Amino acid sequence: MALDDRKTSGFTQVGTRPNRPDGLDKVTGRARFGADVTAPGMLFATIVRSPHAHARIKKIDSSKAEALAGVKGVVTRADFATGLTGENWNILENVMAGDTALYDGHAVAAVAATSALIARDAAKLIEVEYEILPHVTDVDAAMADNAPVIREGAADKSVPEGMHPNVVRYHESGHGDVDAGFAEADLVIEDHFRTEATHQGYIEPHACLATLGGDGKGELWCCTQGHWNVQKICAALLGIETANLRVTASEIGGGFGGKTAVFIEPVALALARKTNKPVKLVMPRPDVFKATGPTASTSMDIKIGMKKDGTITAAQGVFRLQGGAFPGAPMEFTAMCAFAPYALKHVHQVGYDVITNRPKQAAYRAPGSPMAAFAVESVIDELCRKLELDPIETRLKNASKKGTKASFGPMFDQIGLVETLEAAKAHPHYSAPLKPGQGRGISCGFWFNHGGETAVTLALSEDGTAQLAVGTPDIGGSRASMALMAAEELGIPYENIRVTIADTATLGYNEVSHGSRVTYASGLATIEAARDAVGKLCARAAAKWGIPEDAVKWENGCAVPSGPNAGDFDPMPIAEITKRMGATGGPIVGHFEATPEGAGVSFATHIVDAEVDPETGKTSVVRYTVVQDAGKAIHPTYVEGQYQGGAAQGIGWALNEEYIYGDDGRLQNAVFLDYRIPVASDLPMIDTVIVEVPNPGHPYGVRGVGETSICPPLAAIANAVSAAAGVRLRELPMSPPRILAALERQRDG
Amino acid sequence: MQYHTPTSFDDAIAIAAQADGVTRFLAGGTDVLVQMRADILTPDTLINVKGIDGVKDITRTPEGGWQIGIAVSGAEMTEHPELGRDWPGVVEATDLIGSTQVQGRCTMVGNLCNASPAADAVPAMVAAGITVTVSGPDGTREVAVEDIPTGPGKTSLASGEMITRITLPPRGENGGDAYLRFIPRTEMDIAVVGCGINLRVDGDTITEARVALGAVAPTVRLVAEAAEAIIGTTLDDAALAALAEAASAACSPIDDKRGTIKFRTHVAGVLAQRAARIAYARATGQKDS
Repeated sequence: MALDDRKTSGFTQVGTRPNRPDGLDKVTGRARFGADVTAPGMLFATIVRSPHAHARIKKIDSSKAEALAGVKGVVTRADFATGLTGENWNILENVMAGDTALYDGHAVAAVAATSALIARDAAKLIEVEYEILPHVTDVDAAMADNAPVIREGAADKSVPEGMHPNVVRYHESGHGDVDAGFAEADLVIEDHFRTEATHQGYIEPHACLATLGGDGKGELWCCTQGHWNVQKICAALLGIETANLRVTASEIGGGFGGKTAVFIEPVALALARKTNKPVKLVMPRPDVFKATGPTASTSMDIKIGMKKDGTITAAQGVFRLQGGAFPGAPMEFTAMCAFAPYALKHVHQVGYDVITNRPKQAAYRAPGSPMAAFAVESVIDELCRKLELDPIETRLKNASKKGTKASFGPMFDQIGLVETLEAAKAHPHYSAPLKPGQGRGISCGFWFNHGGETAVTLALSEDGTAQLAVGTPDIGGSRASMALMAAEELGIPYENIRVTIADTATLGYNEVSHGSRVTYASGLATIEAARDAVGKLCARAAAKWGIPEDAVKWENGCAVPSGPNAGDFDPMPIAEITKRMGATGGPIVGHFEATPEGAGVSFATHIVDAEVDPETGKTSVVRYTVVQDAGKAIHPTYVEGQYQGGAAQGIGWALNEEYIYGDDGRLQNAVFLDYRIPVASDLPMIDTVIVEVPNPGHPYGVRGVGETSICPPLAAIANAVSAAAGVRLRELPMSPPRILAALERQRDG
Repeated sequence: MQYHTPTSFDDAIAIAAQADGVTRFLAGGTDVLVQMRADILTPDTLINVKGIDGVKDITRTPEGGWQIGIAVSGAEMTEHPELGRDWPGVVEATDLIGSTQVQGRCTMVGNLCNASPAADAVPAMVAAGITVTVSGPDGTREVAVEDIPTGPGKTSLASGEMITRITLPPRGENGGDAYLRFIPRTEMDIAVVGCGINLRVDGDTITEARVALGAVAPTVRLVAEAAEAIIGTTLDDAALAALAEAASAACSPIDDKRGTIKFRTHVAGVLAQRAARIAYARATGQKDS
């Protein structure tokens, strides 16, 4: 049997828009999310958290809590594994504080009781004695000479001598000679930008149900983007064997990167082990804000030189990111993505990872890239303005294409940036007239995308339907996309494929649903698993017909002779083969395990119109168009959904979302009332254009789309707001007080 | 916690008067239940007033005003066929509280007694000259709305007292009211500044006015200087400038997560101008702008 590896046309299923298989469950309430399960004898847990930004834990006395009727157990750091190193130590230290509480909301103890209310009351009875230490929450302040040291020895070898101990990692990359490049420029602009931390803002709080017996065997149900990762980390933190903990992923009410990390699951397991009962733990929303990962905040310096014709001669950036009290702020991604859209002879970028008294940052959709685009694309916009150049033409003139040496090192393969810019230029939005008080902004954005460890099985049923088990939690409609790809290969209806997110006991390791990898990597694995099954189906037909296996091919859900010489047999439908599979060699299962490495990078161009009320500083986004390269859109509706979702979150990040800390280092706005994500009426209809420049690394040309969509919005909105207000905004969020202050500064000269 | 469901105001007052510790009345519950859930406050005594006769009624007074029961929800006010024609500002202000779901429960009295400086209904109520009937063990008194809140979360109600009725004055001829708030979003937010204005005209000239500001001081503020700035004028540019200046001058806000002192002070003037234009248009019979 021969099958072409690549298929780029003639699709019958891929590219259609059927209803998602989980849709009915979700609209009827049948879908089970993290907090939707119970177990007999289940206890409820509450976590005790530090009210201080930085404090030594002198003593924890839980005797009063343990004396309360209904309380079954209390855990502290002493109930977890010892001797951990590296990231496992960081995660444990974050999950349950050791000697020191490192931020407002840091967990210090937890209690399990027979009801949620008793657990809440018991938590108040746990007495923690603190010695308050000096704190710092701002990235620039944390790098200053006089900043309090969060933790000695946290820096790795990359950090140059003489830096403050709060600088824990350093990155430098680029090529050429930027000074020579700046000397060639007709105009050089250098500017400083800042962005505040924002939270992923998923609607479902973290929730789990854990059991862990005295035999070291446990079960965990939780809301996560990757349950094998949860399994591995929890086993390490609890000191048990990985295979003894079976983890099942619930339906997920949003993740956006924030649920790639582990926060409460080890605590629930420790309480389950201590009480020998199932323990349910659901995070209240203020805890989600205080103690799960927001993204990093930044302080950035950008310098770009341009010739009068729009050619960028050189670019450099310094990116300082704080990611809370632990190493991990994605400053290398910020640095590497910053100038990726442009073919530059001279480029240099530096990144600093800085620790502060804030929660441990977690991934948030293209971690680090949106902030870089904000700073870089603002400067490009300013250059275009001053040199009176068209912003799209200028970007086209400098755009990266196949063969460009990327600002972060490698050579680009086939990419679609030029195509997105051309499509944006041709879109009616770009030439539509603006009303007074409105401004238009353009930005490009880039994300690497990722492959990662992936395992899939596809089991055929006796009636010719198929059960596809994948290991990547469905955070964006991926079950529909997987079913479409399997249906395409098998030649059976989409509805005949049931896709399940398998638990850790039933598939090989699957990396988390991150890096925009699911439709790419699980999709590739699904296609390969289906082809594996098709090969076995053809072999059964060949045996029946008494002809060689390679004389049979698969067409429209049937085995057929591969040509006139193979023999004259009627097509054998899938159900005819599967009906007899028990007697013809046993169950037919296709599978595929690999670490695909051909995730194609992805670019987008966004167009935004904003209107600013000059009397109040309030911004309305009045029109928004996303143009992005999807490689190949498997289910266009969910591709568009990713585009719109990235824009919507970007609008929040740009305009109103921010972590606000008081002078005491405590988070001031840990509720949705004061952490202002956009509501539906804040958003315009977000128009989308799907560009398809196939990714050579995927059988159908798929590129991940989930993250690139949030890379351009901050910059595109800032450029639109700056045009509308007539003053450059260099700090996010562009909240009304900040815009009014900028207008006033400009009036006062 | 003791939970009571009295069927008369007398019973409710008797329960409240005898209660120890923290007492809360439950009508819509959109503040008290949320505070309990969020572990901000757990009352010792919770008195559900929804079983009392007449608390869900909206009725015309003999003088041509309105009486509104203490458990009437925002949605019921918005959907009332006549109330909003007389007092569009009051109804619109109440309609701004929370979401559609919250509108089905929230009440004006709850908004008033929660005593948030940022309460949306209160500046409009103050501007409209609304009074409330306060009943307690020592009898009954009629109190102007502006005299109920005394500070954030605090009211002038004595222990055992409760509000039993809201009275809107007769609209009369040639009057109009309006309420505007500033929020960074379009809904589901809390006022950074609020302004209610109620005025009456004779021809083109303003003869009476009341201007109330929210979220710019510890309590909602009735600003006489701002009213004086537009009384006797046709709301020309000079009057609007004077109004904005008087409104801003009356502010003593705080810097917090929701807005800065400078921002609130400035926007109070902007909103006063905008609300005045709407109220003026309503009073002079122009179409709403």
